[in-house]
Amino acid sequence: MIKKLSTKERMALQRTKMPELDPQIRSRNFEEVNQGLNEESAIQEAQRCLRCKNRACVGGCPVQMSIPEFIGELAEGNLVQAAKILRHDSALPAVCGRVCPQEVQCESKCIRGVKSLPVAIGYLERFVADWALKNREKVREEISPTKTGKKVVIVGCGPAGLTAAGELSRRGHEVTIFEALHDTGGVLRYGIPEFRLPKEIIDIEVAGLVEVGVKIECNVVVGKTLTLDQLREEFDAIFIANGAGLPQMLNIPGENLKGVLSANEFLTRVNLMGAGRNENVATPIIKGHHVAVIGAGNTAMDCVRTARRLGAERAMIIYRRTEAEMPARKEEIHHAKDEGIEFVFLTSPLKIIGNNENWAQFLRCQKMELGEVDSSGRRRPQAIPKAIEDIPVDVVINALGTRANPLLTSTAPELKLNKFGNVEINPETGETSLPGVFAGGDIVRGGATVILAMGDGKKTAESIHNYLRQK
Amino acid sequence: MFEVLENEILAPELHKLTVKAPRVALARKAGQFVIVRADVGDERIPLTIGDADVASGTISLFIQAVGASTRKLVKIPVGGFIRDVAGPLGQPTHIEKWERVVCIGGGVGTAVLYPLVKALAQAGNKITTIIGARSASFVILEKELTALSQDLQITTDDGSRGLKGQVTRVLAELMTNPESSPSAVFAVGPGPMMKAVAELTRAKKIPTIVSLNPIMIDGTGMCGGCRVDVGGEVKFACVDGPEFDGHLVDFDLLRDRLATYRDQERKALDRCSSDKCKIGS
Ligand code: FES
Repeated sequence: MIKKLSTKERMALQRTKMPELDPQIRSRNFEEVNQGLNEESAIQEAQRCLRCKNRACVGGCPVQMSIPEFIGELAEGNLVQAAKILRHDSALPAVCGRVCPQEVQCESKCIRGVKSLPVAIGYLERFVADWALKNREKVREEISPTKTGKKVVIVGCGPAGLTAAGELSRRGHEVTIFEALHDTGGVLRYGIPEFRLPKEIIDIEVAGLVEVGVKIECNVVVGKTLTLDQLREEFDAIFIANGAGLPQMLNIPGENLKGVLSANEFLTRVNLMGAGRNENVATPIIKGHHVAVIGAGNTAMDCVRTARRLGAERAMIIYRRTEAEMPARKEEIHHAKDEGIEFVFLTSPLKIIGNNENWAQFLRCQKMELGEVDSSGRRRPQAIPKAIEDIPVDVVINALGTRANPLLTSTAPELKLNKFGNVEINPETGETSLPGVFAGGDIVRGGATVILAMGDGKKTAESIHNYLRQK
Repeated sequence: MFEVLENEILAPELHKLTVKAPRVALARKAGQFVIVRADVGDERIPLTIGDADVASGTISLFIQAVGASTRKLVKIPVGGFIRDVAGPLGQPTHIEKWERVVCIGGGVGTAVLYPLVKALAQAGNKITTIIGARSASFVILEKELTALSQDLQITTDDGSRGLKGQVTRVLAELMTNPESSPSAVFAVGPGPMMKAVAELTRAKKIPTIVSLNPIMIDGTGMCGGCRVDVGGEVKFACVDGPEFDGHLVDFDLLRDRLATYRDQERKALDRCSSDKCKIGS
């Protein structure tokens, strides 16, 4: 029996620390850095939750997870109940628990954060979700929904698509997902490295969806293999969630030298194709000794930490502002530092200089300083006259971000786009300019986060459901 | 899984695989390609769709066994499977009715050329086809291309068939006579060959279309690994191409970037030849 605690006792509990793999060891392998809480510390952490009335944390969650409720069950040791709540609110809780930026979402709203540290909601979510993956028999919902006979097709098997698939099949619709690549998960698989999100987690979550009847077909490039019009004939509703995979180029001289690649290429080679992981993988990768990653978001952090694991002696982040402005998660920055990643701030790339065989050799950079506050509210970096530095490199990875990929949209001229090429939707319903065709995730938002894509998947599934009921 | 229905040897190390892929067969147009992956752990490689039969739902792929992955593909027996086939990808060939067209295929490029010649012939063009090969045994698709062309010429490096020398020899000669000088040229083959053709036609401003073969991974515009320089602009061959204006392509850059993984590829090949090949297993 778990002892009931008084508020005072709850208040006295300190936030649990996430056990991490030793940085020396982990910076040379691809094992998951965060090891996860054990049951005892998870329950203790759950007891820190005050179950406050206003549930501010829920408002901070893009999928409005029933946070105090699942934590309440966990605090009393009711893992089955806690897991069922999570499963009901999110199609991919084990993913969210790992990759969500809780510190700026739910946890930033937690009342406990005022006087000490917020409840570690992310750790708890992950704990319960992982427990559920290992105890699927206990969590399985026996009620199967009545079939509606309506067919929905989802374009893209990433976080938005998978979430929507879960929600729609739960409501009795027949769901098919078409994925362009040869494997499931979208950015979860090709983008996020295993040391943050083990592939096994994606496999199990996807298997769960297949088990409830979601059909997934890989190698179908919508816009090419099948057109949007063909889909509109065959299905009652369409959800376009094919992501924003088109790398933004650096547009500096030397970009086409060997050893210069986009974050998408680098991560796809390693994560999707398994390059550099063992000898038997056919896809090659250049293992740089001195790797410069340009950018400061989570993708940049994923690249630089991956490069380190592939053996780089120097793995550097090149950023024109300072640490305070980095868009990456605090946790990622902290992990990267522990792993020996170098941060080269106030430095802006001008040009990549090649050797006589056209391999990248130096990254020529302009040193910057912070000037006046600009429209974004951040101090604008400005060049220090004549302060130029040549950084020795053999690999340069561009992690400046992605834009909308026109592969599908260019073949469906009736689909209304904004000036960036993103699909325009009715913000209330997620419906596009074509009736019955909905869109969400990065193809609408441009490069955003996994959880926002999942939020779109969930919300749009609801409106697709309403649309189908009226049809 | 995509079943291999036929596996025919056309020339040393060059196979034609007929593969069941009904959706691709239906959607495909001349000039497009697929990305295939033989099995788990294997590379994704681009292959031009040589031909398609909508009725039987099949496509044909011409594969030259040059690297570890292509060697594995050509070993798939009839009744076996290719794990992944995605496509059709890339832009279809822009087909119009020119007066006289010269189509040039070098090596396995002749296989890539074949669907273009077919489409051009269907559009009513008068075609002269030039096949360039190392030697007589490497001349492929001669019968098929003869049927589609008004005239077909062969050159080989060693002179064992047709003219000894480069395809450009024949082209240069055609260009000297106003009666036979082409209104457009299509060239598919090794970079240096396409470059030489483009150089030859540049002065006379004869539109010259080439099909590029850079390194690809996804084939959907996602990674930028396939980027090429066309007229000073970065283009992604997988979505903007693979065919481009030969007079604008930076062939030196293409050749250079193709060499990116040469060391790794050599090692992979060594491992395979040493009979202990575990790639993809
Ligand atoms: S192959 Fe990745 S963008 Fe062309």
